Amino acid sequence: ARVMLCRAALGRVGLWRGLCSSSRLQGQTGSELVDCTVTPYLCRLDTPLSDVPYVRDLTNEQRALKEKEKGDWGKLTKEEKLALYRLAHKQSYCEMRQGSSEWKTVLGGVFFMLGFSGLLVWWQRVYVFGEVPHTLSPEWIEKQTQRMIDMQVNPIQGFSVYWDYEKKQWK
Amino acid sequence: LLIAVFHYYANCQQIMTRTPLASRSFSHGKVETDEEFDARWVTYFSKPDIDAWELKKGMNTLIGYDLVPEAKILDSALRACRRLDDLASAIRILEAVKDKSGPHKDIYPYLIQELGPTLAELGISTPEQLGIDKL
Repeated sequence: ARVMLCRAALGRVGLWRGLCSSSRLQGQTGSELVDCTVTPYLCRLDTPLSDVPYVRDLTNEQRALKEKEKGDWGKLTKEEKLALYRLAHKQSYCEMRQGSSEWKTVLGGVFFMLGFSGLLVWWQRVYVFGEVPHTLSPEWIEKQTQRMIDMQVNPIQGFSVYWDYEKKQWK
Repeated sequence: LLIAVFHYYANCQQIMTRTPLASRSFSHGKVETDEEFDARWVTYFSKPDIDAWELKKGMNTLIGYDLVPEAKILDSALRACRRLDDLASAIRILEAVKDKSGPHKDIYPYLIQELGPTLAELGISTPEQLGIDKL
C-alpha cells in the first residue's frame, strides 16, 4: 500500500524519469506528449485572437452552446457568454498581465544560499585554516611599518606622505 | 518588360501584405492620412464574406500598430465577428483595445460609449459586464 501511495504522489512522471536528460528516455512520459503537427494555442497580449481556440475538443454541451452562439447573442446568459469566451481563450488580459510572487521566492533563495555560504566560510575559517603566518603578528607589523617609514616608501602619493618626519607621528 | 514585371511585383507585395503607408515615412512618397487609414480598415472588416483567418489576421495586425483603433474600425470588426458567429473574439477585441490604451485610461470608456449602440444591437457584453476585467 505504501508503494502505491508513493507512486500516486509522484504523479504521472516518476521523479527520476522527470529528471532524466537522456534523450532516449525523454519522450517516454506517455501522457505529456504535445502534438507538434497542430497549431498551438497562443495566449499573448499582442495577439488578441489566436489561430486556434483554447479548447478544441468540445463536449456535447459545449457543442450545443456553439450552436446557440449562431443565434442572437442577446439571448445568451452571462454564464454562457463567459463559457464561450473561456472555450476560445485560456486567460483574459487581466490574468495575462498579473505577475506572480516568484521573485520573492527567488530573492529569498538567493539570500538563503548566500547566508549558508557565509556559514560554511566561517566554519572553514575556524576549523580548517591553520594559524596565520608570523609576519602578520602585531610586533612584526610594527617593525615592518617602521622600516617602511625609514625607507620612505611611496613618499609622493602613498605611504610615507602620511608620516610627519619632524613630529615623528602620523599626520 | 523588366520594369513592368517589377511594378507588378511591387503592387502584388503591397496588396498581399497590406503594408500601411502611414507607418513608413519617406520624404518622397505620399503619407496616408488618418482618414484613409481608418477607411481602409473599415473596408477590410466590412467584407461580407470575411473568413475567420482574415478577421484574426486583421485584428492581430491592427493591434500591432502603435495606435488605438477608431470606434468605426472596431464597429466594423465587431460586426465581422457577428457574421462569423464568434462572440469570444468580439469580447477579446474589446479587451485588447483597453489593454492597447495603456496609461490613457480615458480612451476605453470613450470607445465603449461610441460603440454602445452596436454592442446593444449585437448583444455583445463588455468584459466589465462579464467580470473578466478583474481577477
